[in-house]
Amino acid sequence: MDDKTIVCRCEDVTLEEVREAIAGGARTLDEIKRLKRCGMGPCQGRTCRPLIAGEIARLTGQDQANLALPTFRPPAIPLKLGTLARGGAKNEQA
Amino acid sequence: MNRHEVIIIGGGVTGCSIAYHLAARGMRDVAVLERAYLTSGATGRCGAGFRHQWGTKTNCLLAKYAIAQLERLAEELDYPGGVEIKQGGYLILAYTPRMEEQFKKNLALQKSLGIDARWVTPQEAREIVPFLNTKGLLGATFCAKDGHANPFKVTDAYARAARRLGVKIHTYTEVQDIKIEGSLKTVITNRGAFQAPVVVNAAGGHAAEIGRMVGVDLPVVPERHQILVTEPVEPTLGPMVMSFYHNLYCQQTPHGSFIMGLGDPNEPKEYNVRSSWQFLSQMAQKVVWLLPVLKNVRVVRQWAGVYDMSPDRQPVLGEVPEVPGFYVAAGFSGHGFMIAPMTGQLMAEIILGLPTTLPVDMFSLSRFTTGELFVEPSVV
Ligand SMILES: Cc1cc2nc3c(=O)[nH]c(=O)nc-3n(C[C@H](O)[C@H](O)[C@H](O)COP(=O)(O)OP(=O)(O)OC[C@H]3O[C@@H](n4cnc5c(N)ncnc54)[C@H](O)[C@@H]3O)c2cc1C
Ligand code: FES
Repeated sequence: MDDKTIVCRCEDVTLEEVREAIAGGARTLDEIKRLKRCGMGPCQGRTCRPLIAGEIARLTGQDQANLALPTFRPPAIPLKLGTLARGGAKNEQA
Repeated sequence: MNRHEVIIIGGGVTGCSIAYHLAARGMRDVAVLERAYLTSGATGRCGAGFRHQWGTKTNCLLAKYAIAQLERLAEELDYPGGVEIKQGGYLILAYTPRMEEQFKKNLALQKSLGIDARWVTPQEAREIVPFLNTKGLLGATFCAKDGHANPFKVTDAYARAARRLGVKIHTYTEVQDIKIEGSLKTVITNRGAFQAPVVVNAAGGHAAEIGRMVGVDLPVVPERHQILVTEPVEPTLGPMVMSFYHNLYCQQTPHGSFIMGLGDPNEPKEYNVRSSWQFLSQMAQKVVWLLPVLKNVRVVRQWAGVYDMSPDRQPVLGEVPEVPGFYVAAGFSGHGFMIAPMTGQLMAEIILGLPTTLPVDMFSLSRFTTGELFVEPSVV
């Protein structure tokens, strides 16, 4: 993959930006997420997480399986505030 | 053994700002010890709002000076890309005659200190936030220079500038104990020992634990606060809307997403950063009532962080008299992000024995024993 490849489609983050964060000392998915926003989009990182984890592993010589995953942040799917306000939503599609 | 002049415990915005301000004044032999990564504490979990609208002279000036620093931070610290400052103002809503009276007093004080804030009627409030539900609203105060910044970038900017000046920042380095021999303090971590005559406790919600390591009882307790963020949508909300009555705040970031939170006075006092379902539904009910257009905006993520609460909800800044060389900068009670530039500057001045830019006596630890508490009428 080249530098301009977009690894996080939700937040338009390129591989170059991820590499920049790693070069600046970031070692975990959480750190990169906070600096570059990748993983904060509507899919909450489902798409970009493995790609970024692979890049961290490759550049820092860590084993990808050992990288700490970011904390799971509810809700599991994006829910409308209006739906939440009606108190429903646990089983409702929004 | 790592020997330094100053050791700072905590790599949040406070610790990094203190490190930078020390180094900028020539004290470069400084180490910052952070148990996880920079901003992993409250800093990375906060709303990152800043406001001039306070109810005491001390806090108005502290905020005013700090915000002036934030405005030129990227330039001063040579941080390309900036720290994402947005100044859309804070609209603070008044629902009871008592609130109105207090807010008007605050405005008079702010005016005397050169802060440009004003009273707005419910109609004017709707001009500022067109979709605001004004039911029951008596009026509001508005300061156009209030706003927010990106807390990760502000901290990163301080950390990078500090490193360039020679400060050593050790992440994933957890302080486990502190031993004192004469004036020398040995700080024991999972990555070996560090020594210095001066130790600064900037450990946020963990400050009391660090205090206990040197036998100091710090009245700083962690209190959970939850917050959520929505998907980004077209910019519609300029200012931060804040209601002490509903105990909520809501703002839209430059990125387009809305960030909102509640202060919950019933939270148990413990270190808890988990999210709860109740928060999500309560928050949604209140905010959809106040800003009905938000009903179609989707929540993508919620999280929690702790406020480091002190008994009078004001920070403790300065040296602990019983333990010379041991300094505290903690107890920010939910507003430590916005004043961090001044916390760094004042702490550096105190540590280096320089005259302080603003008076700091009211922030001393001894106020809790003498009973001279600092009362700020304007906090959530
Ligand atoms: C939900 C929420 C919303 C907020 N909104 C705002 C706002 O809008 N405006 C505002 O001004 N403020 C706000 N705040 C408050 C603000 O986040 C804090 O006051 C501020 O970030 C404090 O920074 P700090 O560096 O003092 O603490 P922290 O960021 O908590 O840093 C302390 C650091 O110390 C480290 N540490 C702890 N123990 C040890 C140890 N034993 N060894 C090594 N390191 C250790 C921690 O890992 C942590 O990184 C909010 C807070 C929360 C939780
Ligand atoms: S692709 Fe990164 S958050 Fe969705």
